[in-house]
Amino acid sequence: MSSRGRTTVLAASSLLVSITASVLSLRHIDQLHPTSPVEDVLYIGSPKMVKRASFGFDGLMACMYWTRTVQYFGHRHLNGEMSYNELAPLLEITTALDPNMMAPYQFGASFLAPAPPNGAGEPDRAIRLMQYGIEHNPNDWHLYYNLGFVYYTLKDYKQASATFARGSRVPNAHPFLKILAARMAEHTGDYSTARMLWSATFETSQDSHIRLNAIAHLRSLQVDEDVTNLQAAVTRFGERAGRLPSSMEELTAAEHLPGIPIDPDGKPYELSPEGRILVQNPDNFIFVTKGTPPGYKPPAFGRLRK
Amino acid sequence: MAAIEILGLEKTYMVGFWRKRPKRALEPLHLTVDEGEIFGFLGPNGAGKTTTLKLLMGLVFPTAGSARILGREWTDPQIKAQIGFLPEQPYFYDYLTAHELLDYYGQLSGVSAPDRRHRIPEVLSHVGLTDVKGIQLRKFSKGMLQRVGIAQAILHNPRLVFFDEPMSGLDPLGRREVRDLMEQLKREGKTVFFSTHILSDAEALCDRVAIIHKGMLRSVGAIEELTSTVQGKVEVVWQGTNVPAGVRVLSADCHVTGDTVRGIINENQQDAAIDALRRERMRLVSITPLRTSLETYFVEKLQVRCESTSENTVGAAAGTRV
Amino acid sequence: MSARILHIAKNTFREAVRDRVLYNLIAFALLLSGAAILVSQISIDIERLVVVNLGLTAISLFGVLIAIFIGIGLVSKEIEKRTLYTVLSRPVRRWEFIVGKFFGLAGTLVVNTLFMAIGVFGALLYVAHRFSRPDAWIFVALYFIILEFLIICSLSLLFSSFSSPLLSAVFAFSLFVIGSFANDLRGFAGVAHGFTRWFATAAAYLVPNFSTLNVISAVAHQQPLGAHLILQNTLYALFYTVAAMSGAVLIFERRNLK
Ligand SMILES: Nc1ncnc2c1ncn2[C@@H]1O[C@H](COP(=O)(O)OP(=O)(O)OP(=O)(O)O)[C@@H](O)[C@H]1O
Ligand SMILES: [Mg+2]
Repeated sequence: MSSRGRTTVLAASSLLVSITASVLSLRHIDQLHPTSPVEDVLYIGSPKMVKRASFGFDGLMACMYWTRTVQYFGHRHLNGEMSYNELAPLLEITTALDPNMMAPYQFGASFLAPAPPNGAGEPDRAIRLMQYGIEHNPNDWHLYYNLGFVYYTLKDYKQASATFARGSRVPNAHPFLKILAARMAEHTGDYSTARMLWSATFETSQDSHIRLNAIAHLRSLQVDEDVTNLQAAVTRFGERAGRLPSSMEELTAAEHLPGIPIDPDGKPYELSPEGRILVQNPDNFIFVTKGTPPGYKPPAFGRLRK
Repeated sequence: MAAIEILGLEKTYMVGFWRKRPKRALEPLHLTVDEGEIFGFLGPNGAGKTTTLKLLMGLVFPTAGSARILGREWTDPQIKAQIGFLPEQPYFYDYLTAHELLDYYGQLSGVSAPDRRHRIPEVLSHVGLTDVKGIQLRKFSKGMLQRVGIAQAILHNPRLVFFDEPMSGLDPLGRREVRDLMEQLKREGKTVFFSTHILSDAEALCDRVAIIHKGMLRSVGAIEELTSTVQGKVEVVWQGTNVPAGVRVLSADCHVTGDTVRGIINENQQDAAIDALRRERMRLVSITPLRTSLETYFVEKLQVRCESTSENTVGAAAGTRV
Repeated sequence: MSARILHIAKNTFREAVRDRVLYNLIAFALLLSGAAILVSQISIDIERLVVVNLGLTAISLFGVLIAIFIGIGLVSKEIEKRTLYTVLSRPVRRWEFIVGKFFGLAGTLVVNTLFMAIGVFGALLYVAHRFSRPDAWIFVALYFIILEFLIICSLSLLFSSFSSPLLSAVFAFSLFVIGSFANDLRGFAGVAHGFTRWFATAAAYLVPNFSTLNVISAVAHQQPLGAHLILQNTLYALFYTVAAMSGAVLIFERRNLK
């Protein structure tokens, strides 16, 4: 073989070996510090510092931080961590870098206020984030919707109603803001209002976390509503017959229902000997408040599932 | 042993940025250069001279063919220590001085430090660069760079040197010096292979020449062989201001310039002419056989007008060197 | 290693020095002393943080710029100006030329970095009045920065071996930027689906991962670094450099010179 041919063979093999080796060592390094992208958030916690350090590439940095936020949330969520301590700073930095980016506000509305494990449990920062967004985008009705939604989840119906009303006056606002404002004023924490809110959240967002969260809420709402109605039927049966129905069949016959009612998973509801309506797999409906056996504890971490 | 054996080297360049088209630069070339000779590689612009040299130096890769240099495969890195190369229009690291450059090149060629110390001033004075200490090459003139180029080619005492147009950019004195240098190399038993389109240089120096045109080898041989298509004529030169009748009957065109006369006669009438001159007591200066010049040969052979005629100082006769 | 590689490396270093590359040290010194004086006047508590962050970041940026701007010309300029002819017609193999160039450039950067490091420690002493034990981690950060330079040098050389200086600069600089956000790219791959995910994962492993070599923030906060990380980063940088250099050799070995 000529000396040039020998060099070629050697260089080609060393290329292959060293590329493989570099990928392998990178995998090792990954195991050494898996959460590195978020680490520097801890160092530069102040959004102003980050903005100054981004040398005018604010937009690009905002995208970067937004990706980090989603990744951080997804990562923690997947690993079933109970806390999202860096979620608020991440969102604040992202919106400080680009106050006109809508996605972080929507994300914050869904996940900042709820208590762990479903959110960061920081309602005050959630409200502040939304107000900051409204300051910078006073003509975007979505932000009023998001803020009102946060108030609603905090059961502050008065503020929620006022916020929805403000939002409904923004040009091109979605008409349902008016309806929401009215319903909040009557303070009906009823199921149809809740359903309306969660459906709107689902429809106005593209983010898979937000949408899955909304679906989980809608499914749980359905269960709550069904259980409430069936429990009322049990009570009616008791008042009429002077005893509890012996089975679901007896209850449905007495109520003239076409069949045994089923939950969103297609499983029939059950009747306990004590006359309680139960959903078969409460673990599949992480936000249910009704239809669970006494002493039921929701799973340690609630996974959002389809 | 042959110093260079070129065995069918050929080169097709691919030109064009997007859709590559082939450009034939060198047809398969077969050529042998003996050790100890000065070999001229002649051809007009774009003939393929530089291409051939770059192929031999391994700077570009041939489309096909191979070569042997000093008895070894031409890709063998070891032979590189025994050859010197002067590229055309050489250019060097311009942040170095001539001494630093030669020192660096000496290191690369494996010349030991003590050898470099005495060899560098030697080759520099050899090429007429004596007063250049401490001057960076960026401040060198074109001719000075050419001289540095020659110096680096002979620095490591190579057995075989390749010069691509060694005379270009040189003043008359410089040309003279380079000619002398090549002749000295030959005396030292080195082989010199140089390309040129300056025919007088080739005529003056070469043992043999090859003529290449449009990438194709047209002829190879000693200058005499190529040009001695003696037309059976000789040139007679004598002192005087008139043409004696004895000569006039023999020939034809005689030119009087000052007090010398040149006349062209047939070779077989040479003796008669001498007798005639003697009778008139005129002093004979020279008699030389008349040959086709390389230039004439060149023009005939290639059927092109040689653009280098202005540079060309070839006399009418090959034998005018007195 | 052959002596020729050493000679080529030395000549490359000499070229950089004669091109007045080390003058960047003046700019660096001005920047650093200005910052040190300013920060010691206006803020208490974070002087050390500012000096370390600014000093190390500047070292790394200055070095990367030098590595790119010298590296991209190392091969292509020699081909363009035809200085290579008289080098390669000597007993120099093409791979020796490439490797020699690499060591010359790397050497230039190491010397440059050493001078800058002295500056950083000087500034640190000026604002903090004494050194503390965790300051030793700065050496590790500097070491990682030099590893980063090795990768950049080899990449610039790789690009230089087949494309023009301008294009090489664009390539090398994009890779530097992408590589600095390599972990974000990894994160992106984690949330993407299908082909995008596959592509992003491959890219995340193939671009140079400069995020792992950047420990400036950690060092500024006096956090210790594990021995394991030091070892793995060293291995990673060496493998990556060897890979890029092999690529450069492969390309240059078959290149027809102009
Ligand atoms: N890198 C290249 N790419 C494409 N074509 C080339 C290249 N180098 C040379 N050529 C072509 O090859 C042919 C021979 O060129 P070469 O340089 O060998 O000529 P030359 O005999 O040295 O001429 P000159 O006397 O002008 O130096 C020319 O037609 C030229 O256009
Ligand atoms: Mg030429």
